[in-house]
Amino acid sequence: MAAPVRIEIPSRPAHFGQTSRTDPWWATPTVVFVVLSAFVVYSIWAALQGQDYRWGPYLSPLYSPELFGGPQAWLGGKPMWWPHWLIWSPAILVLWAPAGLRVTCYYYRGAYYKAFWADPPSCAVGEPRQSYRGENSFPLIMQNIHRYFMYLGVLYLFFLLHDAWEGLWFLNPAVGHRVFGLGVGSIVLIVDLILLSGYTFGCHSLRHLVGGSVKQFSACPVRARLFGCASAFNRRHMVWAWMSLCFVAFTDIYVRLCATGIWTDWRIF
Amino acid sequence: MTATATFSIWRGDLQGGKLVDYQTEIVQGMVVLDAVRRIQADQANDMAVRWNCKAGKCGSCATEINGKPRLMCMTRLSDLSTTQPIRVEPMRTFPHIRDLVTDVSWNFAKKRTVRKFNPRKPDAADGTWRMAQIDVDRVQEFRKCIECFLCQDVCHVLRNHQLFDEYIGPRLLVYDAALVMHPLDSDQRLADLRHAHGIGYCNITKCCTNVCPEEIKITDNAIIPLKERVVDLYFDPLTRLFGGAR
Repeated sequence: MAAPVRIEIPSRPAHFGQTSRTDPWWATPTVVFVVLSAFVVYSIWAALQGQDYRWGPYLSPLYSPELFGGPQAWLGGKPMWWPHWLIWSPAILVLWAPAGLRVTCYYYRGAYYKAFWADPPSCAVGEPRQSYRGENSFPLIMQNIHRYFMYLGVLYLFFLLHDAWEGLWFLNPAVGHRVFGLGVGSIVLIVDLILLSGYTFGCHSLRHLVGGSVKQFSACPVRARLFGCASAFNRRHMVWAWMSLCFVAFTDIYVRLCATGIWTDWRIF
Repeated sequence: MTATATFSIWRGDLQGGKLVDYQTEIVQGMVVLDAVRRIQADQANDMAVRWNCKAGKCGSCATEINGKPRLMCMTRLSDLSTTQPIRVEPMRTFPHIRDLVTDVSWNFAKKRTVRKFNPRKPDAADGTWRMAQIDVDRVQEFRKCIECFLCQDVCHVLRNHQLFDEYIGPRLLVYDAALVMHPLDSDQRLADLRHAHGIGYCNITKCCTNVCPEEIKITDNAIIPLKERVVDLYFDPLTRLFGGAR
C-alpha cells in the first residue's frame, strides 16, 4: 500500500441546519420520525397489554409465536420463572427478535440516523455535532450483529406462515370442530406474511449470505440465482420495510378490535 | 420561447467570496451549464468554470445547484424553478480554488492508497485468463463511475466531519468493490477496508447513491456488500468457522 495521503483540507464545518438546499429537505426525516415513533409507542403499548391479541383463529403478529401465556400457547401459561416484579406479557418473550431485525436493518439505520440523530439531518445539511465515530466503534459497531437477527427473522416467517394457516380454520360450534374458511382477518394475516417475507427476503445480509459473498457466480450457479432473487426484493427494500411495518401494526389493530368487539370480522365463506 | 432567469453564482477565491446575481435569457432545452457559459461569455469573462464533455461523462462540471451536488451539464433548467434565483456554488467538501472550481486532487491521492489489481495466475499457458460473462457483469456497474466526486462531496463523513485521514469515501469504496468482486483479483483487501479505508464510518444514509449521475447503487451494491465481507472476517464467528470470508 502506498504511503498515507497527507493533503491539507481546510476545515469548513457547517452549523446545524446550514444548507443551500431550497427544497423541503426536512420533510422526509420528519415523516420518518413521526411514523417510526408512532409505531414504537403503539407496539410497546400493544405488547404490554397482554390481552386481546387473539380472536378466533387469528393471532396478532406482535405476539407470534405465543410461547407462553394463553390457553393456545405452545409451552403453557405464564412461566414460573418469570420475576413477579416484572410486568408480564407473552409478547415480551418474542418481540425483541423482529425489533432487533428492524433496528439493525441497513435501510432503517440510514433512515433513523437522519431522523432521530440528525447525523446528518438530510443530505448536504449541517449537523448538530462535530464529533463523529459512525459504526466504527462502540456502540454502533454492534450493528454488525444484523445477520443474526436476520436468521431469527427468517425463522419467524415460518411462525407467521403457521399463523396464516391457522387463520383459515374456524371453530364451527354446530359440529364441534374446526372447518376451513376465509375471513377478512385471514386475508389480513396472509398479506402481513407476504409483506414481511418481501422485507426479509430483500435483507442485505441475506443477499450477501445466499450469494453475494461468492467471488465467481459462474462457479456457483445456484447461489447466483439465489442472489438474483434476493436482489429483486432488495431493490425495493425501503418500500417493503415501510409497508410491512405499517401492516404489522394494522394487523394487531385488526385482531385487537375484533377481540374487543369493536370490529366484526366478515366471513367470506 | 425565451425567458429570463436569475442565477446566483459563487464568485471568489481562497480569500473569500460571495454570491453574485446574474440575469440571462434561457430557452427550452437548456441545462445549467449552458446558462453559466452564456453568463461567462456575456457578463463575467473572468468567471472560473470547469467543464469538458457537456454530456455527463467527464464529471468536470460538478457543482452544487440549489444546494444539491449535481453536474451542471445534466441539470435541465426545466427541472428547476426560475421564480427564485438558481444558486450555483462550488463543491463544499474540497478546497476552493476560484469561483466554481475546487481542488479534488485529494481523491486521486487517496486512490493511490488502494492496492493495485492483483490477478490470479493465468488460466491458460499463453498467459491469458477466462472469465464468464456473469462475473464480468457484476462489476460492470462500478466501472460506470466518471469520478465527478459528487458522492464524496455529499458524504457527511467528509463534508461535515472532515475525516479525510480516516475515511476513504464512497467513490473509492466503489473502486474497492470493483476490485474485491473482480473475478480475477486475488488480493486480500478487507483489512485495509476496515482500518485504512474506514468503511465503518459509513452510516448508510445513501446520500452518495442519491447524487450519483451514473445511477450507481453505491450503498446497496458496493458499500453494504463490502461491510458484509468485513463482518464475515471480523465480527461473525460462524462465517469464520465455516470459511465463508474472502
